[in-house]
Amino acid sequence: MRYNALQILRQGLTGHKGWKPAWRKADPKPEYDIIIVGGGGHGLATAHYLAKTFKHHKVAVLEKGWIGGGNVGRNTTIIRSNYMLHENEGFYEFSLKLWENQERELNYNSMVSQRGIINLYHSDPQRDAYVRRGNAMALNGADPVLLDQAALRKMCPFLNFDNARFPIKGGLMQPRGGTVRHDAVAWGYARSADQQGVDIIENCEVTGFIINDGICSGVETSRGQIKASKIGVAVAGSSSRVMSMAGMRLPMESHVLQAFVSEGLKPLIPGVITYGAGHFYVSQSDKGGLVFGGDIDGYNSYAQRGNLPVVEDVCEGGVSLMPMIGKARLLRMWGGIMDMSMDGSPIIDKTHIDGLYFNGGWCYGGFKATPASGYCFAQLIATDMPHETAKHYRMDRFSRGLMIDEKGQGAQPNLH
Amino acid sequence: MIINHPLLGPRDASEFVYLGDASLMNRPNPKSETAAEDFHAYMYLRDNPPGEHRELWFHEQGDRSWLIVTRNTLTHEITKVELARSSKGLIT
Repeated sequence: MRYNALQILRQGLTGHKGWKPAWRKADPKPEYDIIIVGGGGHGLATAHYLAKTFKHHKVAVLEKGWIGGGNVGRNTTIIRSNYMLHENEGFYEFSLKLWENQERELNYNSMVSQRGIINLYHSDPQRDAYVRRGNAMALNGADPVLLDQAALRKMCPFLNFDNARFPIKGGLMQPRGGTVRHDAVAWGYARSADQQGVDIIENCEVTGFIINDGICSGVETSRGQIKASKIGVAVAGSSSRVMSMAGMRLPMESHVLQAFVSEGLKPLIPGVITYGAGHFYVSQSDKGGLVFGGDIDGYNSYAQRGNLPVVEDVCEGGVSLMPMIGKARLLRMWGGIMDMSMDGSPIIDKTHIDGLYFNGGWCYGGFKATPASGYCFAQLIATDMPHETAKHYRMDRFSRGLMIDEKGQGAQPNLH
Repeated sequence: MIINHPLLGPRDASEFVYLGDASLMNRPNPKSETAAEDFHAYMYLRDNPPGEHRELWFHEQGDRSWLIVTRNTLTHEITKVELARSSKGLIT
């Protein structure tokens, strides 16, 4: 069923009784051409592009719980392409372009809202660093705009401009950045993939890989054995535990990142704002809640919940940036498990096992990458050739000294 | 999280800096024939287990000792804390 205005009218006149489930509850078949492990944003996007762009329709997505229940439903919904290193920027700009056309591509309202993102700077050296980053963005076709204090005051008069320690001098803006309704991303890709014949199999946990003579030919699951000639794994925070079943150790640690929503407030914050002197980023949802987050907790965790010191740190950052939110009450907070890689950048690559492909290491930037991650992973699986913008995301880059480290922190995952 | 320091008693985890898997104490032998691979694995690859994890915490806001904390990464429960310097030999 296509969604359009006429359909809404028709359903409205007939009591909304004709809406169908957006995807089937598929049962596993004994064999597929391609299996995607992980029914999150990246896995579902991969299935969508495998079917739509690369014409593979015998595809299954295996999800141990329900689709969209992991990080795609736990993030702060920000999209942007304001990276500096060319290995990253081309990829994220490709992703932003896919976001811009996503609703048409999926016939699904994912509420892509390009309300702009502003990274604040607080000193002359920081401004210079942002100018450099802006130029790197422009080289890859992105849209950086440097705001001075006067321009920023007009857009965001509520910021704490005259803070004695960290005065706000301006910001690097990307007008095409913004937010997306995150759950709808998972549902939109699932619906589209399903319509093209992909089986989305929930409550189906992968418990092992069938590997003989260095060739992977299927998976063992909680719902029986399923064969396939190609298997792609996109399981974010569970990457290490899943790939360990194929005997692999990965260059990553799993860490918990917390996110927060305040009570609903009147329209206040025009886009996304990130603090340049503390780790704090905020936007306002269409329902009025302030959606914000900060740093990861910093220790290995699979618990999907964090601890109070980081809550305090994030709230301190927020109040020092915009003191007016000091009286807003916190409504909800939660945690997600980040696949923190050793250089802060992701991996989209084949493994040393034939037929087994890996997508992970997204740190806490996976949501904005969802469409491009799906596209590039689908291309790699379908053609065995990496996408032009993702060719640097190799598994072996650590042994070859080709790290992609935006922050220059070295092999310390909790600092990325 | 409260870390029960062997010398100072229970301390808040926010007094500590986290380094990572305690196997980082085992530097490979640089003279080995497989040194390049060994150091790559030592530096970049991690077990990253769900469940019990032995890990290094540095008491930066305290007595500046290194501790080996055994903690469950699924529940955050801490079951054992020892001084890194008193751990004997290599850790597996």
